[in-house]
Amino acid sequence: MAGEIYKKPVMFSVVALLVILAGTVATMFYPMLRQDMSGPKLEALRAYTPLELAGRDIYQREGCMGCHTQTVRPLASEVARYGEFSKVGEFAYDRPHLWGSKRTGPDLAREGGVRPDDWHQRHFANPQALVPKSNMPSYAFLEHARLDPGTAKAHYRALASVYRPGEFAAKEEDFAALQDKTEMDALVAYMQWLGHAIPRECAVGDLLATNPLAGKKQAILRGVTVYRNNCAQCHGDEGEGLPGAVPSLLDDEFLGEKGDVTDGTYFGLITCGSAAKKQLGRKGDPEGGMTAFGGQLPDDDIWSVISFIRAQQKHEVIEHP
Amino acid sequence: MVSDYRYDDRTVLGFILSAIAWGVVGLLVGMLLATQMFLPAANFAPYFTFGRLRPVHTNGLAFGMGVGAIFGLSYFIVMRLCKRPLLFPRLARVQLWLFNVGIAAAAVTLAMGYTQSLEYAELEWPLDIAIVVLWVMFAVNVFGTILKRREEQMYVSLWFIVATVLAVAVLYLVNNLSIPAGPLKSYHLFAGANSANVEWWYGHNAVGFVFTTPILAMFYYFLPKSTGLPIYSHRLSIVAFWSLVFGYLWTGSHHLIYTPLPTWLQTLGIVFTIFLIAPSWGSVVNGYYTVGQDWERMRTNYLTKFFVLGITFYGLQTVQGPTQALRAVSQLIHYTDWVPGHVHMGTMGWVTMTVAASVYYVVPKIYGTSIFSEKVANVHFWLVLVGQLIFSVTMWITGIQQGAMWKAMEGGKLKYSFVEGLARNYPYYHLRALGGLIFIAGMLLFVYNVMKTIEKGRALQAEGSSAKPLAAVQA
Repeated sequence: MAGEIYKKPVMFSVVALLVILAGTVATMFYPMLRQDMSGPKLEALRAYTPLELAGRDIYQREGCMGCHTQTVRPLASEVARYGEFSKVGEFAYDRPHLWGSKRTGPDLAREGGVRPDDWHQRHFANPQALVPKSNMPSYAFLEHARLDPGTAKAHYRALASVYRPGEFAAKEEDFAALQDKTEMDALVAYMQWLGHAIPRECAVGDLLATNPLAGKKQAILRGVTVYRNNCAQCHGDEGEGLPGAVPSLLDDEFLGEKGDVTDGTYFGLITCGSAAKKQLGRKGDPEGGMTAFGGQLPDDDIWSVISFIRAQQKHEVIEHP
Repeated sequence: MVSDYRYDDRTVLGFILSAIAWGVVGLLVGMLLATQMFLPAANFAPYFTFGRLRPVHTNGLAFGMGVGAIFGLSYFIVMRLCKRPLLFPRLARVQLWLFNVGIAAAAVTLAMGYTQSLEYAELEWPLDIAIVVLWVMFAVNVFGTILKRREEQMYVSLWFIVATVLAVAVLYLVNNLSIPAGPLKSYHLFAGANSANVEWWYGHNAVGFVFTTPILAMFYYFLPKSTGLPIYSHRLSIVAFWSLVFGYLWTGSHHLIYTPLPTWLQTLGIVFTIFLIAPSWGSVVNGYYTVGQDWERMRTNYLTKFFVLGITFYGLQTVQGPTQALRAVSQLIHYTDWVPGHVHMGTMGWVTMTVAASVYYVVPKIYGTSIFSEKVANVHFWLVLVGQLIFSVTMWITGIQQGAMWKAMEGGKLKYSFVEGLARNYPYYHLRALGGLIFIAGMLLFVYNVMKTIEKGRALQAEGSSAKPLAAVQA
C-alpha cells in the first residue's frame, strides 16, 4: 500500500530526499561535468593583479551587485548599449560570479576601457556631480581608505590556490606596492579590468560625411541638452576642456594638430571614442580618454552635438577675436 | 513512556517573539532602502548604504522573521501532530538562543561589508557553520519527535516540514562551499557559470523551501484548525506535495535566462517552471475548496480572510513566476523593478499573511485565552493588503516601462540613455515607499495585538496561580 509511507517516517524521508536529489543532480551536479559551463576560456582573459582583486573585494563588500549586473544579454538593444554579449569563457576567475539580478544602474560587464580613470574617481566620489539624476550613493570614503597589503596578499593567495601555478603571477613587490594605493584606486582598477577579454570593435564610418543637421536651430538646441548630459562632465560646460587632461573643443587644435577637421571625423570620434584615435591616425591614448557613445546615442543626437559644437566655436571666435 | 505531558510552548513563543522582533528590524531597514532609491542622500556611508543594507533587509526578513517563525510554528505543529512534547526540549531552548545570536551577528557583519555576494547566502563562512549547527538542532528535534510520536499517521503538514528540513540542508551545504581567505572572507568554490548555476539552484529553492513548503505546512494545519473545516482533498494534497518537491529543484536556471549559461539548461529550467504551476495550484484549489465548504466563515471568522488572501497571492505568485520565465517576457522585465514587485507579492502577501494568521491562532491558544482585539486584526489585515498591492503594482508598471525603454531602438540605435529610464522610475519609487509605509503600519498593529494578547494571557495565568482555595473564598 502506497499509503503506508505516511506511517513510516524513515522511509518517507529517504524517498523525499531522492525526489529532491533528482533535479539537483540533473541541473546542478551534471552541468559541472560539462564543457559548455566553462569553456573554452577566452585567450585574452587574464587573472587579476593584486590591485584589481582588491578592487573586486571592495565591489563585493559594498554590495555593488545589488544594483549592477555583469552580464550582457544577446539582445540587439543590449549589444548596442553595452557592447558584445557575455561569453561563458569570460568568467574563469569569477568566484563567485557577480552577474547580479537587478539593474538599478547600468550593466558593468563591458565597463573596462570605456571611461578614463579620472571619470570613475570623480563619479565614485560624487555620482550626482556627473550624472545629476543618478540615485547612486557617494563612495568618497574610499579615497581616504588605504589598502592593507597583508590582507590583499592573503586574499590573492587564497584565490590563486585553486588555479594552476603561474596563472596568478604577482610577486612580493607587487603586494608591497599596494601600500601607497587607496581603495578608490583598487575599485577603479577593477572597473577597467571588466570585459578586457573581448576586444572592443568600432567602425568610425565615412570621415568625409557632412552634418545633415548643420546650422539647424532645432538641432543646436537638442545638441545643448545632449552635450550637457554626456559631454560637459569632462569637456566643461562651454566646451573649454580641462588644461592638460581634456582637450578644448573651442580652440583651433584637434588632437594635437592644428586646423579644423570634417564633420565625419567628429562623428567617428564621438561614436568610437578613444579607439577612433588610432584609426584616424591621431595622437592620444587609445586605452583611456574619450568614451565611445556610438551605442548610447542615436545618430541624430551625435549630429546635433556636432552642430552645437560648431556653433560654440563660431561664438568663441566672435567673442575673443 | 509519556502519558501525561505538556507541550513546550515557551520555546514556541520565544521563536515567535524573536521572529517578530527581527521582522520589525527588517521592515524598517526595507523602508530606508525604499527611501534611498529616490533619495541618495539617505545613504550613510560606509555602514548604511543601499549596497550593504539590502542583504540586511533580505536576511533579516527571510531568516530572522521567516525562519524564526518557521522554527516556532513547526515545533507547535510537530508536537500537536505527534501528540507529545519535543523529544529534546533543552536543545530547542539552546537553539532559540543560538538563533538570536546568529541573526544579530548576521546583521552586524553584513552592515560591516562581510559578504559572500551570493544572493540569500550572503553570510560569510563562520556564520554559515553556525547556521548549519542551528539547522542540525532543528532536524534532530523534528525527526526525533516524529520517530517517537504517538499518532501513527503523519499528517500533510509533517510531510512539508520534513521536506523543508532535508532540502534546506542539501541546498545550504552545497551553495556555501567556499575557499576561506580570512576570518570573514572567502571565495566561492565554483567559478563563473557554475557559480551562478549553483547559486540560483540554491536561491530559487530558498524560495521553494523557506517561503513555500514550511508556509504550506502552516496553511494545511492552521486553516482547518482556525476555521473548523477539514481539508477538502487528502488525495490532492498528496499529488501536490510530491510534484512540488520534485519539480522545484529543476527551476533555478530561470533566473539566468539570456546569460552565458548553456541554452539547454535555461530551457530545462523554463519547462519545469511552467510545470510547477500544477502542484502550486493543487494547494490553492485545496485551500479554496476547503473554505468553500462554508464561505460564510470569511465574515464570521476573522482569520479565514488572512488564509484565503494568503493562498490567493500564492496562486497569483505561482502563475506570475512561470510567466516571467518565458524568454519573451524575461527579456522585457528581467533586471527591472518588476522583479522586486513580484518577490514582494509573495513575501508581503502570501508569507506574511499566513504567518500572521498562524501567530494569531497560536498565541491565544498557548495562554488559553482569545485574541486581544479582532478589530485591530481587521485593520491590520486591510493595511497590509493595501500596502502590498501599492508596492507590487507600482513596481510592475515601472518595470515594464523601464524594460521597454531599455529595448527601444530606432534605425539600429537606442532611443533612450540609461539614466533617462532611471529618471522615469522616481514617481513610482515614491509610491512604493508609501505602500511600504502603509504595510509597516499594519504590521505594527499586528505586533501590538500580539503583545496585548500575551499581556492578557499572563494576567490570566497570574490570576490562576494566585487564586485562593475555594474554602478560603467561602469563609
